[in-house]
Amino acid sequence: MKLIFEKSVPGRHCDLLPKCDVEKVELPEELRRETAPALPELSEVDLARHYTELNHRVHGVNCGFYPLGSCTMKYNPRIDEDLAALPGFAGIHPLAGAENVKGCRQVLDTTAKYLCEITGMEGMTFQPAAGAHGEFTGVLLIKQYHQKRGDTARRKIIVPDSAHGTNPATAAMCGFEVVNIPSAPDGCVDLEALKAVLGEDTAGLMLTNPNTVGLFDQNILEITRLVHEAGGLCYYDGANLNAVMGVVRPGDMGFDCIHMNLHKTFATPHGGGGPGACAVGCKGFLREFLPASALMDEPGHIQVRAFAGNFLVVVRALAYLLTLGKEGIPEAAQNAVLNANYLMRKIQGTFEPAFDRICMHEFVLDLSEYKKETGVSALDVAKSLIDYGMHPPTMYFPMIVHEALMLEPTETESMETLDWAAEIFRALYALGKTDPEFMHKAPHQAQIARPDEVRAARQPVLRWQKG
Amino acid sequence: MSYVPSTPAQRQEMLQAVGVRDFRELYRDVPEEMLLDRELDLPSAMSELEVSRTVSAMAAKNTLFPTILRGAGAYDHYIPALVKSVPAKEEFLTAYTPYQAEMSQGVLQSIFEYQTMICELTGMEVSNASVYDGATAAAEAAAMCRDRKRRVTLISGAVHPDAVNTVRTYCFGTGDELRVVPTKDGKTDPEALKEMLTPDVASFIVQQPNFFGQLEDCDALGQLTHAAGAMFVMSCNPISLGVLKTPRDCGADVAVGEGQPLGLPLGFGGPYLGFMATTQKHMRKLPGRIVGETVDAKGQRAYVLSLQAREQHIRREKASSNICSNEALCALTASVYLACMGPAGLREAAEQCMAKSHYLMRGLTALEGVKLVYPGPFFHEFVTTLPKQTEVLAALEQNGILGGLPVEGGVLWCATEKQSRAELDKAIAVVKEVLAK
Repeated sequence: MKLIFEKSVPGRHCDLLPKCDVEKVELPEELRRETAPALPELSEVDLARHYTELNHRVHGVNCGFYPLGSCTMKYNPRIDEDLAALPGFAGIHPLAGAENVKGCRQVLDTTAKYLCEITGMEGMTFQPAAGAHGEFTGVLLIKQYHQKRGDTARRKIIVPDSAHGTNPATAAMCGFEVVNIPSAPDGCVDLEALKAVLGEDTAGLMLTNPNTVGLFDQNILEITRLVHEAGGLCYYDGANLNAVMGVVRPGDMGFDCIHMNLHKTFATPHGGGGPGACAVGCKGFLREFLPASALMDEPGHIQVRAFAGNFLVVVRALAYLLTLGKEGIPEAAQNAVLNANYLMRKIQGTFEPAFDRICMHEFVLDLSEYKKETGVSALDVAKSLIDYGMHPPTMYFPMIVHEALMLEPTETESMETLDWAAEIFRALYALGKTDPEFMHKAPHQAQIARPDEVRAARQPVLRWQKG
Repeated sequence: MSYVPSTPAQRQEMLQAVGVRDFRELYRDVPEEMLLDRELDLPSAMSELEVSRTVSAMAAKNTLFPTILRGAGAYDHYIPALVKSVPAKEEFLTAYTPYQAEMSQGVLQSIFEYQTMICELTGMEVSNASVYDGATAAAEAAAMCRDRKRRVTLISGAVHPDAVNTVRTYCFGTGDELRVVPTKDGKTDPEALKEMLTPDVASFIVQQPNFFGQLEDCDALGQLTHAAGAMFVMSCNPISLGVLKTPRDCGADVAVGEGQPLGLPLGFGGPYLGFMATTQKHMRKLPGRIVGETVDAKGQRAYVLSLQAREQHIRREKASSNICSNEALCALTASVYLACMGPAGLREAAEQCMAKSHYLMRGLTALEGVKLVYPGPFFHEFVTTLPKQTEVLAALEQNGILGGLPVEGGVLWCATEKQSRAELDKAIAVVKEVLAK
């Protein structure tokens, strides 16, 4: 389809503002813009159709099954959208006086209270705007803690090699040296490998549990005890919290601080890449290090973005928490785990799980044997799913499993959807054995065929040019 | 309600298929002593109507001001109806990051269009797909300018205090130094800047218009910065770019800013939008997602997430940033806003911001004891002295007007195209009445 700029007609426009009812003023000449920006010139109907056409070329949770592992693509309740759009929230200036924003403060305080209860933490901030931003905030808590105690030799953060790439990137942004430790074959922490790197230079450990292959690390209490014994702190990456909320709490596993992706576990929409929102929780002894806004709160604290964070996303998360309540939170987790296990078992016998045991909310298929046999890769299977209107799982992650496909169905998918999805996987398994060529070229009926990513990187075209 | 569609009978059937008796058995890897053996201390589940009542009651505790004369980093502009409806479309709303290009062309193209609009607005050559907000955009810019030898960041004291503090925090993270350049008459002091531009300085960050609303002499500041071999970063108000000289024309190497004025509601501070653009030369140092144009296997135009070799999932601890999720839906909102306004509409909005704020300034400073604090030209914000500050602001609030923000030396006022002359006259009359008492 055409780009919006290619639809532009000089002189066409929307009528949005009244005539200026006060005298206009001139800018000093040296400050003036020389040429107008080449923004599109279109009428409202042109624009409405352009964006509707674009919207038709998007696959959201509301379009169909979206088992993108580690992204928790659950249904985003519509009521949450309505409530976030209330003028009593959307129209509130972040710097209005305390008397005028009591409702906003109540939203933040109530959500913080609930999330502290769910995670076993004692302090909470909503300033970070996304998961990685929350990691950054959490690891800065660890940094401040050691610094305040004068314990400056603690320069290392331990990260398992199965971790998401944000973990080591975050530790580096916080000035720490990253110590990658190999995982045990099941993706869990190798206790001997951990012991070997712990010491007086250990600042902390970053871990997600259930881990990135969807298994709960049974040694978790031993792991956090060992880190604490060495003088380090334990950071919980909440990417996989959906498996355990209301069932077991990170605080009780021995973690000192945690981030939660509200756009995963707490059902706020991801908007094609964001905005997310993040809550970072901590035990009481780290509370003094939480971020604040220099302008809204008081200076002297760390700060990771302006004001109080992605507030309107927090409103959505609160609506979700209230809807589920104390009964619904564990019910959601349990059904997320049930759905993952059910789908894994339904597919098993064709594509095999990397770990043949009860999984948590997600599981990894290992296609390396299948690829050897047929030449059909995880990528080929993923692309073939698109023709069925299913969003592919996460591919080639975690890196410890080769030819990995990671599926996370979430609790909001029905048994029928899971049966349907399993059927498609089984059908593709059979197809790959008879017609691998067809799968190498998939998708066949999508918006586009496979894109040339090498060309995109080698000859970057990153904007439209007139011409 | 937990939005779980399976019926109790289906759940039983599924448990059986998995080979376990109950949900407890699904968690058999979790050590028994760790399991939560009590109910969560949360309220009981609510119906949709009850949730609606409960959360609406919270919203009702806030004061919604019909007239807002406060800016300071969050601006009350008119948001066209289409700008609200497009990002609310369920596909745009509920999609994840467009990892699978074959079923995400709509998101990818919308980002490509956004990148183009940001380049047009700033005069720069390459834009990313957004970062969290204006403050983090400034912090990311500081990081991309640093190299092995040049580690120090300079930032003007007239930059938004939250942005300064955010950049300071990011510098604290990497162990790098941030030095604040003093101001003179509400603007960056060029003499001080010149002295502070030592050979270890990587970049200087200035805000245009600055926190006090003043328009900085960016050409001169940029020349000083470049003469010292450092990079020049400008944080810009995007509406002002409808009339103001572009950062590129001012010599900026990186242009960043808070995109909230482009159709995003005040929302008590977020979600907002950080935009970030640079020159071709620094393209591969730009953090965050970037969408590129390519062709598909059939030779047709297609869009993909590109230049991913910079990113954390490939580079891990050597990545230029840890950012994954950005503010894509806010970037879409900004694109729809810019497309609705068009070049003429954006210019008109910018001119009206200037006109209304100058009208307000003239009305206020005509009153006894109210004086303009800084002498330089301004865009849509200005600082005045204000006698009986607390009483005046309270009286304005009683009249449905959120007045300016108390800052050092007085009150920081803002007016935009959204306020009518009648609203501004009313505000001036209220101030006059309190001062006359």
